[in-house]
Amino acid sequence: MNRYPLWKYFLIIASLLIAMVYTIPNFFGESPALQISSGRATVKVLPDMVDRADTIAKAAGLTPVDSFFENGSVKVRFKDTDSQLKAKDAIQAALGDDYIVALNLISDTPVWLTRLHAKPMVLGLDLRGGVHFLFEVDMKAAVDKALEKTAGDIRRELKDKKIRYGKVSRERDRVEVQLRDAETLAAANKAISKILVNLKVQTVAENGNYKLVVTYPDAAILQLKNDAVTQNITTLHNRINELGVSEPVIQQQGEGRIVVQLPGVQDTAKAKDILGRTATLEVRMVEDDQAKLTEAINGNVPVGYELMSERRSDGRNTPILLRKEVELTGENINDATAGFDDKNEPAVHLGLDSTGAAIFKTLTRDNVGKRVAMILVEKGKGEVVTAPVVRGEIGGGRVQISGSMGVAEANDTALLLRAGSLAAPMNIIEERTIGPSLGKENISKGFNSTLYGFLAVALFMMIYYRVFGVVSAVALAANLVFLIALLSLLGVTLTLPGIAAIALTLGMAIDSNVLINERVREEIREGASPQMAIKNGYDHAFATILDSNITTLIAGLALLIFGSGAVRGFAWVHCLGILTSMYSAVFVSRAMINLIYGNRRVNTLSV
Amino acid sequence: MEFFHVKRDIPFMSYGKLTTAISLITFVLAVFFLVAKGLNFGIEFTGGTVMELRYQKAADLSQIRTRIDGLKLGETQVQSMGTTVDVMLRLPNIKDKNSAQLSNIVLEALKIDRSDVELRKVEFIGPSVGDELFTHGLTALALVCLGIIAYLAMRFEWRFAVSAVIANMHDVVIILGCFAMFQWEFNLTVLAGILAVLGYSVNESVVVFDRIRENFRKPNLRGKTVPEVIDNAITATLSRTMITHGSTELMVLSMLLFGGAALHGFAMALTIGIVFGIYSSVLVASPLLLMFGVTRDNMVKPVKIKEEAVV
Repeated sequence: MNRYPLWKYFLIIASLLIAMVYTIPNFFGESPALQISSGRATVKVLPDMVDRADTIAKAAGLTPVDSFFENGSVKVRFKDTDSQLKAKDAIQAALGDDYIVALNLISDTPVWLTRLHAKPMVLGLDLRGGVHFLFEVDMKAAVDKALEKTAGDIRRELKDKKIRYGKVSRERDRVEVQLRDAETLAAANKAISKILVNLKVQTVAENGNYKLVVTYPDAAILQLKNDAVTQNITTLHNRINELGVSEPVIQQQGEGRIVVQLPGVQDTAKAKDILGRTATLEVRMVEDDQAKLTEAINGNVPVGYELMSERRSDGRNTPILLRKEVELTGENINDATAGFDDKNEPAVHLGLDSTGAAIFKTLTRDNVGKRVAMILVEKGKGEVVTAPVVRGEIGGGRVQISGSMGVAEANDTALLLRAGSLAAPMNIIEERTIGPSLGKENISKGFNSTLYGFLAVALFMMIYYRVFGVVSAVALAANLVFLIALLSLLGVTLTLPGIAAIALTLGMAIDSNVLINERVREEIREGASPQMAIKNGYDHAFATILDSNITTLIAGLALLIFGSGAVRGFAWVHCLGILTSMYSAVFVSRAMINLIYGNRRVNTLSV
Repeated sequence: MEFFHVKRDIPFMSYGKLTTAISLITFVLAVFFLVAKGLNFGIEFTGGTVMELRYQKAADLSQIRTRIDGLKLGETQVQSMGTTVDVMLRLPNIKDKNSAQLSNIVLEALKIDRSDVELRKVEFIGPSVGDELFTHGLTALALVCLGIIAYLAMRFEWRFAVSAVIANMHDVVIILGCFAMFQWEFNLTVLAGILAVLGYSVNESVVVFDRIRENFRKPNLRGKTVPEVIDNAITATLSRTMITHGSTELMVLSMLLFGGAALHGFAMALTIGIVFGIYSSVLVASPLLLMFGVTRDNMVKPVKIKEEAVV
């Protein structure tokens, strides 16, 4: 009696062994390393970079412990932080700006384990230090901007097709075009419907008033919002690349939010500065009519215009009147480099994509003699960087911004533009900075509290239930191994609430064992034979274990679905822990009891 | 070794009036403190900036206060974080200054007095996030209750489901009451702790309910009245209840003592939750069950439930 078939023992032993293999990497610790990745879209890091990095490090008198190629970047391990820092300077200097050399920590897990995809758990920011940002994308601004752009597109198209039109105005959620008669209305409708396929184009003709109304259908608005978030994420990626952070996290959260986590970042001020700059470039026409400008300065800005300030070389700002329509935005910029113009003044050279090049060509052709303004918009406030006079048609998509800027400023502007502009402005709505020493402390405190708790519970169980208690303690340890293995395997990021959940789950997991042990005692008290007591004890306890764990699981799942951040991290571990505890309490402990007592004559049970 | 080997059933149900009275009083007290004092919401809910600083030698709080007040940042709080060297600052949200600028300003001001200050953590939460967390938290709470009611109603009967949930909410309200009374900070991890207590405490009720159901089916308890059956169930599971709670409490206390400031609120919520969890699962849920008029006929159905056997 109380015998498992052989295959069941093997299955349990196999599951334990597999769990051990995936748990081990967490105990190897980390060593300082460098991560070399590409700093430009056109530059690829190839596996031959491994040798190159090794050679450079050796030339500087430093010996890498290990170096390898992984996921498009090269990682080089060093024995201490001192040689890591020296090697960083040496390698960065030798490779130049095309590559990013970032400080990193790499697990010391042996290669054979890594081959089995056995990796340590990823530590959250609260355990390793770093910066966390939560950005909110300003969706209203994204929609407004798209409407402005549509209005510009309509004007350009009507001009191209030589259709005479009246006012093109952007209302709250639509663009309206006034037309002279039914004939032009039909022509305009045909032309506009052709270029704005995703939008709804309606004609209105009543009381001799002819107009075209362009609206965004819900699907188009949704698409617009999604695109705004996606582009902002790409832009943040580029900007973070410039910072040289290893393993950043950039994820969408909810409808219009973006989480950015930069582990191990020490220079938080710089990170905030570069990420926080919500710069976009806009190209707009300048109104040089002196009368209108004077009127605007006096506080009476004409409809369709905006008053801004232009930066002059002497550092003063002068007012400048601009048309509201945006002709071109940073989205159409392919690359931006800092350099010098023909007068040897600092300048930014821009390369436009084909759409941008076409728009810019038309713009410059139609506006010879007029001024066009390059505006850098940061945090909703625009500043005219330069407003040169158009001397002739500029084709080919090469544009140069020069104006009153220093070399450093030109570099900064180029960096911002190269990194891409944001589709919509973003606000930081949450920000956390965790110092590295606090992270280390959090780990050790979390780990120690779990350890002490575990030891106390295990000790108590062994004293109170003797042999059955030892089995319970082993089952509890097995539960811990299963849980850590599962977390490592699933690549769950371990945070402080996660550690708390591990501790709580262990505390609760012992419940199943206590239920079983108490049941066995009860059976004996009621006069059952030892073998019967074991069988009935486990069988009766199982229904209760199932019920109580499922209700706990329901609570855990609700946390997982509705929680965010800390709560979610907690819930993940909690839910997984409930599952592993059921397995270890019911099967692992039963297997051990069967091995100890099963299939032989026993007079008393040690419980 | 056995601590809780009780030979005769303890007449828990005859204490019904007393325990209900105790529950009601603690519950009313908790609600009173919640209304009168309110919860001391953490930064996740209120928005603002929190800075954690560490000095190498004991910090001088009044000196820090004077320095911060000189910055005219609005209503700020300076308090120590359990030790003499750790200091926490809370600053309100300020227009046109982000937390990066704010924390730099504050740190520079503090460095005038003492250069041994180290910035350990800065947290900034915008005002819009809090409301959302609140609604999400309440939704999670509601969902947990509904889920538990549905599951228990299916596995047991509606009376059990409703009793368990009421007993649970009783625990939750009392924990909240404690946080209000002592004005401990109520933050996201505390919320996680409270939701965990919900799961934990229902676990307790389920174990007792399970035994009640089993007792109703036992032939040798057929002659007993319903309160006697319940008493027997509670007495029989008492040992297990105490030991399970004891070991979970051991774990949680270890977290409270060794886990540091970051885990403090979480561990505190659980510590209180577990103590009341024992009480409510035994002395709140079961009397409620009686009050709702549970009878043997509710549980003993003609169909015999299949036993889940482990071979």
